[in-house]
Amino acid sequence: MKIRLDTVVKTFETFRAVHGVSLEIGSGELVALLGPSGSGKTTILRMVAGLEYADAGAIYFGEENATDIPVRERGVGFVFQHYALFPHMTVAENIAFGMKVSRVKRSPQVIKARVRELLDLVQLGGLGERFPGQISGGQRQRVALARALAVDPRVLLLDEPFGALDANVRRDLRRWLRKVHDELGITTIFVTHDQEEALDLADRVVILDKGQIVQEGTPEEVCRNPANAFVVNFLGDANRLDAEIRDGKAFVQDVAFPAAGIADGGGQILFRPADVSWREDGQGIAARILRVIDRPDSRRVLAVTAAGQPVEFDTAPEFSHRKGEAGFLDIRRPRVYAAA
Amino acid sequence: MKRRVLPGLPLALGVTLVYAGVIVVLPLAALIFKAASLGPEDYWRIVSSERAFASYRVTVLCALAATVFNLVFGLALAWVLVRYRFPGRRLIDALVDLPFALPTAVAGIALTTLFATNGWFGAPLSAIGIKVAYTPLGIIVAMSFTSLPFIVRTVQPVLEELDPALEEAGQTLGASDLSVFRRVILPLLAPALLAGISLSFARSLGEFGAVIFIAGNKPFETEITALLTFIRLEEYDYPASAAIASVMLITAFVMLAATNLMQARALRYTARG
Repeated sequence: MKIRLDTVVKTFETFRAVHGVSLEIGSGELVALLGPSGSGKTTILRMVAGLEYADAGAIYFGEENATDIPVRERGVGFVFQHYALFPHMTVAENIAFGMKVSRVKRSPQVIKARVRELLDLVQLGGLGERFPGQISGGQRQRVALARALAVDPRVLLLDEPFGALDANVRRDLRRWLRKVHDELGITTIFVTHDQEEALDLADRVVILDKGQIVQEGTPEEVCRNPANAFVVNFLGDANRLDAEIRDGKAFVQDVAFPAAGIADGGGQILFRPADVSWREDGQGIAARILRVIDRPDSRRVLAVTAAGQPVEFDTAPEFSHRKGEAGFLDIRRPRVYAAA
Repeated sequence: MKRRVLPGLPLALGVTLVYAGVIVVLPLAALIFKAASLGPEDYWRIVSSERAFASYRVTVLCALAATVFNLVFGLALAWVLVRYRFPGRRLIDALVDLPFALPTAVAGIALTTLFATNGWFGAPLSAIGIKVAYTPLGIIVAMSFTSLPFIVRTVQPVLEELDPALEEAGQTLGASDLSVFRRVILPLLAPALLAGISLSFARSLGEFGAVIFIAGNKPFETEITALLTFIRLEEYDYPASAAIASVMLITAFVMLAATNLMQARALRYTARG
């Protein structure tokens, strides 16, 4: 099922959560809505589900205008951040809930068979008689997914699906969810603030900030060509230095970086901690080491430039320089933007 | 022995047991003892007399009606207090406790004044042919008034803990509002509702002060059991008084035991296994 949002707006009492977002999601696609808290990503997901109504704009499911279809008739599967399993029902009863309340009458045998099938799909065969309070967080999350899938939804919506789990369970579930999605081919949108999760799992990533789409594209596109400084910062650790732009070049101290197409004036360069080398031969931006932090596979160096701006970068474990030493930062793959 | 955070367990336990014994068990035992001083035949004659029987009927039926009224109204009130923010919410929240704080006789007199045929509520009601004061309806009003806080205060904290996402989950799965209420909300509230119902019903069975002013107290019609006990007491017929009181005691006991059992059943899912 193709989903299309057409300049959707949502305002809550105190603030504007979503400002005119337009978005197309192809049938069978797995899309991540990625953004910091307050960026409007969850509001967008809830509007697609029908749990929230758009103040303006429209939402289409295929060719059908779904904007005013009430949630219970919209045919979406929604997985809540904290699972929202019914605590007084067993796992099997939770999964069967949607089929039991459906207008389409199913016989108890059909429901039972479908529950068993779904329990197998989410690898929880044999736990059907447990109550949600008796299983682990990762298992609850999978029950929530099975419950959402039981009603054959047109779209699957997941709100921070792995947010409440610990790191290892998270990674396993992520890979597993990707596998389930590839098997079922159901159009899926999930919300996350974890860029690693989005890049790992999604076909396409939609990056949001302050209720607007900042950039959308495949993980490769957004990583290799971030649209602005916000995206660079949000996708991972980044250093930022003030620069001055003159004649298509950005100058930090006396070092010039290519900045074609950016107007003269204030600017900034951003670069990843891995894209810095420490040199002593005078090539690069003058800096001094403040501290060295040891990590299992690298050393992270905290330095400060001559202009007083902090820079962090990663070096090989053999890096031998110490606190207080002066040298130069050689920066690779810099991204130059006009000043914010 | 494991060290405890609070010291003095033996002392605290001792005080608790003495207190429970002297304040709760002793008077009840005295009551049973007094009632038992009658022979089985006398006992049966007194508790099954026509007047006593009529008083049970009035008391139980009115208490049931009051409890059903409070169940609906108290649940709605708790729901509104928890789920909506409106000016005056805190005031209403505080007002809920008023029946606990108010001497019940004061409540009884106030209600009688309001519902008398020339009162603010009584006048319009009697104009359309409904008489409240000095009828069983008046007893129901008095009982509802004094037992309302029980349902509200037992349901409110559970409702506050109820994750709205559960309702949303029900909706996304295609359930109608009624279906969500019946299959999700009600079962989760059931233990609290049961507790509220049993407390409210027990309080209504035993309510005396508020009821006697508005009831009219006509034997066989609007005389409650608690009043009959009191009348026997004033006649210095202590064994008869104790016999009738023992019926109320046993009723309350059986009811509390039954609701406890039902509660345990409704809370099955919280058991870890």
